[in-house]
Amino acid sequence: MIKLSRFLKPFQIPIYFVLGLVLLQSLAELYLPTLMADIVDKGVVTGDTAYIWKIGGFMLLVAAGGMICSLAASFYSAKAASGFGKLLRTKVFSHVGDFSLHEFDKLGTASLITRTTNDITQIQQVLVMMLRMMAMAPMMCIGGIIMAYSKDSKLTLVLAVALPILVLAIVIIAKKGIPLFKAMQVKLDNLNRVLRENLTGIRVIRSFNRVEHEKKRFDAANWDLTQTAIKVNKLMAAMMPIMMIVLNLSTVAIIWFGGIRISNGHMQVGDMMAFIQYAMQIMFSFIMLSMMFVMIPRASVSAVRINEVIDTVADIKNPANPVLGKGAKGQVEFRNVTFSYPGAEMPAISNISFSMNPGEVTAIIGGTGSGKSTLINLIPRFYDVDSGNVLVDGVDVREMTQEQLREKIGFVPQQAVLFTGTIAENIRYGKEDATEDEVRHAAEIAQANEFISDMPDGFDATIAQGGTNVSGGQKQRLSIARALVRKPEIYIFDDSFSALDFKTDAKLRGALKGETGDSTVLIVAQRVSTIIDADQILVLDNGEITGIGTHKELMESSAVYREIVMSQLSEEEIA
Amino acid sequence: MSKDSKNQGHEQNPGARKAGPGGGFGPMGMGMPVQKAKDFKGTLKRLVSYLKPYKLQLISVLITAIISTVFSIVSPKIMGNATTKLFEGLMMKINRVPGAKIDFDYIGQIIILLIGLYIISAIFAYLQGYIMAGVAQKTVYNLRKEVEGKINRLPLKYFDSRTHGEILSRAVNDVDNISTTLQQSLTQLITSVVTIIGVIIMMLSISPLMTLIVILTLPLSGVAIAKIAKKSQQFFKGQQKSLGQLNGHVEEMYTGHKVIKVFGHEQKSIEQFEEINEKLYQSGWKAQFVSGMIMPLMSFINNIGYVLISVVGGILVTKNAIKIGDIQAFIQYARQFSQPIAQTASIANVIQSTIASAERVFEILDETEEVPEAVAAEVITEPKGEVTFEHVAFGYKENEPLIDDMNIAVKPGQRVAIVGPTGAGKTTLINLLMRFYEIDSGTILIDGVDTREMKREHLRSLFGMVLQDTWLFNSTIRDNIAYGREGATEDEIVAAARAANADHFIRTLPDGYETILNEEASNISQGQKQLLTIARAILANPAILILDEATSSVDTRTEVQIQKAMDHLMKGRTSFVIAHRLSTIRDADLILVMNHGSVIEKGTHEELLEKDGFYADLYNSQFTSNQRNAG
Repeated sequence: MIKLSRFLKPFQIPIYFVLGLVLLQSLAELYLPTLMADIVDKGVVTGDTAYIWKIGGFMLLVAAGGMICSLAASFYSAKAASGFGKLLRTKVFSHVGDFSLHEFDKLGTASLITRTTNDITQIQQVLVMMLRMMAMAPMMCIGGIIMAYSKDSKLTLVLAVALPILVLAIVIIAKKGIPLFKAMQVKLDNLNRVLRENLTGIRVIRSFNRVEHEKKRFDAANWDLTQTAIKVNKLMAAMMPIMMIVLNLSTVAIIWFGGIRISNGHMQVGDMMAFIQYAMQIMFSFIMLSMMFVMIPRASVSAVRINEVIDTVADIKNPANPVLGKGAKGQVEFRNVTFSYPGAEMPAISNISFSMNPGEVTAIIGGTGSGKSTLINLIPRFYDVDSGNVLVDGVDVREMTQEQLREKIGFVPQQAVLFTGTIAENIRYGKEDATEDEVRHAAEIAQANEFISDMPDGFDATIAQGGTNVSGGQKQRLSIARALVRKPEIYIFDDSFSALDFKTDAKLRGALKGETGDSTVLIVAQRVSTIIDADQILVLDNGEITGIGTHKELMESSAVYREIVMSQLSEEEIA
Repeated sequence: MSKDSKNQGHEQNPGARKAGPGGGFGPMGMGMPVQKAKDFKGTLKRLVSYLKPYKLQLISVLITAIISTVFSIVSPKIMGNATTKLFEGLMMKINRVPGAKIDFDYIGQIIILLIGLYIISAIFAYLQGYIMAGVAQKTVYNLRKEVEGKINRLPLKYFDSRTHGEILSRAVNDVDNISTTLQQSLTQLITSVVTIIGVIIMMLSISPLMTLIVILTLPLSGVAIAKIAKKSQQFFKGQQKSLGQLNGHVEEMYTGHKVIKVFGHEQKSIEQFEEINEKLYQSGWKAQFVSGMIMPLMSFINNIGYVLISVVGGILVTKNAIKIGDIQAFIQYARQFSQPIAQTASIANVIQSTIASAERVFEILDETEEVPEAVAAEVITEPKGEVTFEHVAFGYKENEPLIDDMNIAVKPGQRVAIVGPTGAGKTTLINLLMRFYEIDSGTILIDGVDTREMKREHLRSLFGMVLQDTWLFNSTIRDNIAYGREGATEDEIVAAARAANADHFIRTLPDGYETILNEEASNISQGQKQLLTIARAILANPAILILDEATSSVDTRTEVQIQKAMDHLMKGRTSFVIAHRLSTIRDADLILVMNHGSVIEKGTHEELLEKDGFYADLYNSQFTSNQRNAG
């Protein structure tokens, strides 16, 4: 929480305003009993009705003043808190924008989303509460003690005893309560998780007849949460009565000691009445304060999670003096590249060396975890290599800016991602100023024209968020069209044909050939048929290249490759 | 909230307890739009029925609440008497009445009485909260349990037509909302009502005129609150809308991060974000400010009452109509009065949203369950794996039949391949086989027994299934494999892993079989996940296997090994394979070709080629491309 307070800096002035206004408001609230005391001591005692009316009018003015202060405080706190939320959101969002895949892997996409949205909203809400209610307690306390002291310094001793007891009670309950609240949050998340797993795995659960097992699992989590919730609420049940008793006993004490002082002529009755009200107001503000601690653990969890994002430094940065490529356009070279994921014992790929040239098709094939996706992710510099170099156009990718590098690349990811908007907009994502013809042409090559024209609005049909209104294969084709319209120097297809049926796959590959002409093409594939006619095929096994060559060459030289081919094609197809 | 309805499954939802409408933060929560129940009365009645088992506790809560409140209401008046005595003694002193002194004996007695009252009141207040904690939480516990039980009895149709987020939000957020209300608002309501009545009685006993003044301020605050609440609702709606847009944008940008980077759209995405963020800020601070006006206005109106009491009370004292201690008591009453009024106003909102929540929960509970199990259920003791479809008709929606008069006969040990373009509805067959959905007419027989005459549990125990989307849960790898069969031994688990070629990769993980899969199971690869689910199916040792595109995301080389294990496993078992690979398809005893949800062709590879239909077309497109490539 405290770490986030640096983002409050731009709102310093409104926040000081709020604090000042809250102090004024507290003083106004406290001044009312003082005036009432005057009514009693001067008006009632002497029977001066005119004086009572006069003071009454003055009290109204004070009350109105207090309201104005309070409204103004509300205005500034709303502005400051919302502004803070806005700033923090922008900060986190643009910070996350700088993240490489590495940071996304580390924090998790779903978690990053909640951190940017819900967690910040949570903090913002708590900030409002803090500014409006929590600030009130110390202000009331300070103002109240000043007022009480000015009325009767000796009687202030009652407060000096009562306040520490109250604070102590709050602290003790908070100490016991906060861990319980935290535990409850954890248990609630736990219950949530069990239930979510239950929903996502419903077919598996039912087919394995594990309904009873799941019921038990849920019941355990449910009971666990209930136990803690009962504990928390029982503790909370003690809080109010304890506070009320401290509050009430101090008023009783004020009457007793006040009575003695009045009897001795040190104090007046009205003052004592005012004093009782000061005590009440001070303590009520403390009770309000204590209510807040329900929110603190939640907010601090959110704050920790936001800080985690902000403190994560993207490890991929642009060089100070970017170098432009001078070599052939679209040439890619790997020189002894080794890369491991953070925390992994073994490198994901090691000692990779090869090069691809414009006009050539390079394919990568290999088993699960052989490092295919890792390898291609190094070209657009989604990750940085541990050792060795990845060169594009003869320049190390780390020596160019990321923008320069990625301008050269048309990337089709394994999982097709589309954005809210029309189909045309989605294709134009690859090249913002693409003409209508270019868009149409790209769609045609990607074999997307047919289904696009089947849609009621054609190219203007809207894609829903997450692309839920198109099928997996359609998504893939649109994502291919998006790369095609870019006319890049380098095409990267990361297993991008998997959701297509054989027929479409074959047609698309036929059409692509004419399109990619002078570009460098890199294809990762599962089906041998997809890559059989590539200029060179890399066979990856356990992160190492075990063979490079054409289909024919590899059939002879690579046992791994042969094994793959055998599993997929029949004798006559291989021949 | 809005976000929960999207992004099913993978969503991590740590902020499930959102302080949304009905969060119950007293007057601060006011002015937010409240969701209303469709059938308020009925739902309320039903919710109350959940509290019936706790009748005794609830009655004691009621009694303790009343006692505690009454005692705390009486005390200001008694305290006022002490002040009056003080004042009288003082006045006598001022007026030099002979032998005048303050009657400390009397005051002392009052104080002792007060201390007693306060302590008793506190004890009862504590008891009330203490008892309620048990009642509220146990009620909610039972409600959750009931929802979970219901979820297990609902047909899959229910889940397929709703997002997980929606169901989760009902089962967690809505139930949670009910819990908070039961815990806090219910007792608050009781004490508030008792306080209001008690305070009015006490005030009347002091001075009807001053009581009238206090009560007259009420409509004033009522009007003010209503006006502001109406205004702020507009802003809250705007805020909610922008928040929804913002969440949507963030979700899209984060999930599409890779694409955004590679196409260089970072700046544009930030600009768009800032635009939405600005809108959110504008409506956000206004909503906050306007709803924040309620408190100052209310306290101002209270203060007007306070001033009037001081003035009128002061004048009344000078006229000897009331005593000085009465003013003090009255001020305390007036303060006590405004708080429960404000509270009941917000509780009314809370209760409305709670009833709406309860209604959503009850909607789940009222969904039609799966068709009840057959009474005299048949049991297949030694399953052979013969599967027969006789005149089966089925459609997900009425009037949209997908399968019409389907007849197939699969002998024990045969392999059935299901082929067709993506989205052809191949999972439909699985839904019918496992009786996840009920067929419209016809019969499905296993070893000659109608599947509807078996218990679902028994039917499903005959099948082993590997689904397209791997489902693993947040636990160790061992537990995930062991899920296949209850009570599997360590050796059996390892053997199954070995058979699925998963043993090797598991052992290379730092913690081996004890490796805990994280929530999104992102610490192992997609292929590895697939291997684990295969191991799980192997462990289950079923008579009939269903492989739902099981190996499509396992890479070729691993697949070779899996294929071997599978071939071994499939021996002697009937298997249904949804496959992409021609080699698998060609070896099948029966091929079902599906398109647009229905089975359009069936037969062996040769038969279908001869037929020269859809299948032949599909096959040739692959074959010819190979020829071209190879040539």
